[in-house]
Amino acid sequence: MSVETLTTSEYIKHHLTNLTYGQIDGHWGFAHTAEQASSMGFWSINVDSMFWSLATVLIFFFVFRVAGKKATTGVPTGFQNFIEMVIEFVDNSVRDSFNYQNKLVAPMALSIFVWIFLMNFMDLIPIDWLPQIAALSVEAMGGDPHSAFFKVVPSTDPNITFGMAISIFILILYYSIKHKGLGGFLSELAFHPFGKWGLPANLLLEGVSLIAKPISLALRLFGNMYAGEIIFILIATMYSAHIGFGIFGGILQVVWALFHVLIITLQAYIFMVLTIVYMDMAHQKDH
Amino acid sequence: MNINATLIGQSIAFFIFIYLVKQYVWPPLIAAMEERQKRIEVGLLAAERGLSEQAEAEQRAQELISQSKDQAAEIIANASKQASNMVEEAKDVAIQAADKVKSAASAELEQDTTRVRNELQERVSALVMQGVNAVLSKEVDSKTHKDMLSKLSQTL
Repeated sequence: MSVETLTTSEYIKHHLTNLTYGQIDGHWGFAHTAEQASSMGFWSINVDSMFWSLATVLIFFFVFRVAGKKATTGVPTGFQNFIEMVIEFVDNSVRDSFNYQNKLVAPMALSIFVWIFLMNFMDLIPIDWLPQIAALSVEAMGGDPHSAFFKVVPSTDPNITFGMAISIFILILYYSIKHKGLGGFLSELAFHPFGKWGLPANLLLEGVSLIAKPISLALRLFGNMYAGEIIFILIATMYSAHIGFGIFGGILQVVWALFHVLIITLQAYIFMVLTIVYMDMAHQKDH
Repeated sequence: MNINATLIGQSIAFFIFIYLVKQYVWPPLIAAMEERQKRIEVGLLAAERGLSEQAEAEQRAQELISQSKDQAAEIIANASKQASNMVEEAKDVAIQAADKVKSAASAELEQDTTRVRNELQERVSALVMQGVNAVLSKEVDSKTHKDMLSKLSQTL
């Protein structure tokens, strides 16, 4: 077991490092250390985050696609019932907060809710299982297991949360300009709330509140999930300390996991609801 | 924790998947759910209508039952009336027949009585005549006393 030979700080660091693919010294490859990964610059990719992000969204897509294909108007059975419960929940949230005609918002809210929930859910898988499997398979293929970084919770990677938040920000800008016109959108930024004589203050306030939308969305999800992940890692370090600590750590892990079930659902829900609200604001003609 | 191209990858994935979900996941599910909602509404309405119909039918059935009960009572009353009538009639007929038989019998009796009386009269008168003839044959000419004799025989 390769990871066991690490010190505690190395263990924590190992768990917080992404498997990054990019350019090192002019040729493409995986980063072997965290320093190498950060030296790769922007044009590199976190393979583990991307992999689990796509895996979870594919699971979501195919499960719901199967449900959609098998959907009958008769009495729904267990699986279909569950899917429809989720759909109805999302649909109700959209109806509550979104008052305009837009066929994209409800499916987007569903995607966001289920996708983020599944990405967050990766946090509940005991933190060493998947990284250990990855390290062993790298070792089996003749690689260096110490450099086999594997971060399995995509939503603890700010790239993922910012990726989603920036996409939503683009949609906010798109729909704002589409429904208010470019002039309407800009005048909303410039002449509100203090009228035309307070233009600099208006621009500052409105600009900040506009920029704050994607940043708060991304950082809230990232922060919550990252903190949760760190607590799981810290609990996991107790196992190697002492048998008593280990038992205590086991209890803590169960308690934290139960609490975390609440957090991952809540974070997915918050992300979804805020997206719906932002989309609603983008459609509003009168501020 | 470096910002890198993963950001762009995730954005692309996000747009692709919200498009796919909008195109292939949301419509069939929401259509099925709305369709079912309509069917449930129709079904509930039908159930309500069925209930009111049932109540109506029960009422009608109750009416029919009470009606037929009345009819049955009437029929029974009629029948018993008819039966008593028949008994009365039969009694009358029987009494009449008995009267007829009685009167016939008494008439016959009377006839017989008269006949017997007449016969007796005739015989007595014959006997008297014989006796008278025998007594008076010598003194009385039958021819002369013929009128008296016939008168006598008639009074007897």
